[in-house]
Amino acid sequence: MKGHWKVFLAVALVLFVAATSFAYDRSETFVYGGGLWNAPTNWNPLTPWQETTGTGGLVYEYLFLYYPTTDEFVPYLATSGEWIGSKVYEAELRKGVKWTDGKSFTADDVVFTFEVAKDNALHYSNIWKWLDKVEAVTPYKVRFTFNDNVHYQEWKRTLYDLRILPKHIWEAMDPSEYLTTANANPVGTGPYMMEATGQDRMIWVRNENWWGNDVMGQPKPKYLINLVVNGNNVALGMLMKGELDLSNFFIPGVPKIKDTFGLTTWFKGSPYMLSENTALLFLNATKPALNDAGFRRAIAFAFNPAMIAEKVFENQVKVANPTGLFGEGWTKFLSEEVVEEYGFSYNPEKAKAMLDELGYVDVNGDGWREDKDGNAISFKIIVPNGWTDWMESIKILATNLKAVGINAVPDFPDYSIYNNMIHDGSFDMAINNNSSSRSTTPWTYWNYVVCDEIYGEEVTDGNFGRYDNPELFAAIDDFNMMQDTDPAIMDKAAEIQQIMLEAMPSVPLWYNGLWAQSTSSVWKNWPTEDNPEGYPCSWAGKWQYGALEMLINLKQ
Amino acid sequence: MKKYLTKKVIIYLFTFFIAVTIDWAIPRFMPGDPISMLLSRFEGMEGGREIIEAQITSSFGLDKPMLEQYANFWGSLFKGDLGTSIYMFPKPVGEIIAQAIVYDLILLLPAILLSWVIGNNLGAYSGVNKKADNTMMPFFYFLTSSPYFWFAVVVAFVFGVQLGWFPISNAYSATIEPGFNLTFIGDFLHHWFLPFFTLFLVQLGGWAIGMRNMIIYEMGSNYSKYMESLGASDNLIRKYAFRNGVLPQVSGLAIQLGTIVAGAMTTEIVFSYPGLGYLMLKAIVNQDYFLVQGCFLFLVIFMLCANFIVDIVYMLIDPRVRFSFSGEV
Repeated sequence: MKGHWKVFLAVALVLFVAATSFAYDRSETFVYGGGLWNAPTNWNPLTPWQETTGTGGLVYEYLFLYYPTTDEFVPYLATSGEWIGSKVYEAELRKGVKWTDGKSFTADDVVFTFEVAKDNALHYSNIWKWLDKVEAVTPYKVRFTFNDNVHYQEWKRTLYDLRILPKHIWEAMDPSEYLTTANANPVGTGPYMMEATGQDRMIWVRNENWWGNDVMGQPKPKYLINLVVNGNNVALGMLMKGELDLSNFFIPGVPKIKDTFGLTTWFKGSPYMLSENTALLFLNATKPALNDAGFRRAIAFAFNPAMIAEKVFENQVKVANPTGLFGEGWTKFLSEEVVEEYGFSYNPEKAKAMLDELGYVDVNGDGWREDKDGNAISFKIIVPNGWTDWMESIKILATNLKAVGINAVPDFPDYSIYNNMIHDGSFDMAINNNSSSRSTTPWTYWNYVVCDEIYGEEVTDGNFGRYDNPELFAAIDDFNMMQDTDPAIMDKAAEIQQIMLEAMPSVPLWYNGLWAQSTSSVWKNWPTEDNPEGYPCSWAGKWQYGALEMLINLKQ
Repeated sequence: MKKYLTKKVIIYLFTFFIAVTIDWAIPRFMPGDPISMLLSRFEGMEGGREIIEAQITSSFGLDKPMLEQYANFWGSLFKGDLGTSIYMFPKPVGEIIAQAIVYDLILLLPAILLSWVIGNNLGAYSGVNKKADNTMMPFFYFLTSSPYFWFAVVVAFVFGVQLGWFPISNAYSATIEPGFNLTFIGDFLHHWFLPFFTLFLVQLGGWAIGMRNMIIYEMGSNYSKYMESLGASDNLIRKYAFRNGVLPQVSGLAIQLGTIVAGAMTTEIVFSYPGLGYLMLKAIVNQDYFLVQGCFLFLVIFMLCANFIVDIVYMLIDPRVRFSFSGEV
């Protein structure tokens, strides 16, 4: 009996050692983290808020790519597109594009992608409020006919934000599954396909038959391995060991250590990172004192965002323009005159003078200003607990307010409670940047900062302070319905900026960065200020900003 | 014996019911709701969020009255259905946990058992050896007072970053494909070691200190003195002392399990190790009712089973308990 055991063990051991092991060749693998936060479970292009990052961009493609650094629309599934008159938009589609199951991509797929939202309640169904019909003129030409309320600005973003679906697959699906399917075998037209998933990773493999190989060039890495990295301390350790090629985390200390560990950032010096979104302090316009535009404007002068940029972010961020606008897509509508006349900057003496003049003075001698009627006022500034950079920031803001005699304290509720407070309007002041990401049109920014969806119990789309100004809302709608070539558009943009600066519903403070640090042990030629080809970003829904161009341009 | 077990089983069933009810209730009493959380950072078309929010809410049955939700919860629980995760939609919670729990067991079981066995032996040794006591005790006190997450960071920094001996994150290398072969298993163990080591060391200190004190107490007790006066050998006395001293350590294990599991959660987060720890953190932060429920349910079951096992072991090693229930004493 004993002998049998030995033989069995020996055989088992031999089999065990002989079993083929498979490993991805590191020299053709791109390892990154910062955009994947859990085991990948969803690849549904109709639910972008929960798709695994890369589903849109690597698998499902858009009509155009949008490069924010140059404000440029890059022909993608569409080779060109233009307005024929004021209500008709025509897009020429690329020929020779194949879905990964071998079927050809045609105008029918594009028509289907839009029409499916007409018959089903999807996140972009509202487009049918201003779109009349979508038709395939030829197999490679799509005509969009709009009604009188064309949202020209919103349309621009739709062109690079709507994932085009394969009609033959989604048509066969029960519509009740549109929001519920995991779509575990995504069939797209894109440069990568699903390879494997793990509890802590998502692995993509290059699509060797991708149409872009001949047009744009082939992406260099054969495999993309997206790791779940639990936090920036882990990411930092992995960067130091060269285990990550690209990290999309905010990492304190990067300015100090980047040269020691050979990390690449977009800018060599401050601010190191590209700006990605505007961090704003929302002021609750339904609370005493904060309901006074004069008061809101006065405190804007009390804040010192330069100190936050320096002390908290080690100059990895830039201080915001008073309008909150940045990036080519937005600043082309920036009105310097309005900023000159209505802008604000850190000036505590001026803030004090303005508050005195408005009648917010310390009547009872407790050291804090009271409101105009002499009632005590105090404010809590909130950010989610654990968001350490923001927590430090609001400590500075509270100190700034105290310095001009306003009683304010920082507070750090848990993320869910923070969300609930900004949604139900029970907060005083809160930093938020949910939908202030850079885009091709400042409309997306305004539609978030002062959106008009504020009359329900829950305010979730933006304008959390419930600042109510129908005139401003109308102006933003007007702007949305103007073409970039419209002679009146600059005046409209200036009008919006002026109202916002006068009424100060929220205070733009700084621009959060596109946090990106890369190592050069495997891949080189990263996009930087000297080599601005590509966008080092693996965050969900942002692959069309040039991440692919980065992958194509990488060198060994 | 039967009486003992029956009583225990009833207590455990009652505990289970209460724990599961609390587990169901707590996430729902948090302010806010998971659906608006899910969509809070979605930048879509104007008014797009409103269109989908109601649909998603009703698809999870979250628009129903609380009592109905509670009844449905027990109903599906008996069918073995833990629901579908909201945050990791549309994966069933049962599947998510099954895939994560493997990593927890692989870390926890060896760490708990080894630290308990080795800790008790080291403690017993230092209880009788003055020199060993003086050298080891400060170290054990240091270990036991270290928070898991802090110790994990130190271990990761020293062995992972400074010395570079071990990887500091994830369950296996980025470029390795899981499979039943030496390369993968070696790589897996390489990644497994630091989180295991952290859990092992922090627990080790506590067991060693506990055992040392027990041994000193037992060695000074009347029966030891009596045996000594009868001329029993030191070894024999120590053996008896150990047998008595180990009893509180067994019940201590049951009491400590909660802390240990919580420690494992934080350790996993530090090492990006894909167990329940990080999953639960994400589930709670995102108010994913079903995933929170599932994870806690699993913990409750794990703790109850472990306690039950400890109870039985206790009965086996302590005749007094066994006899008290069988009426022999």
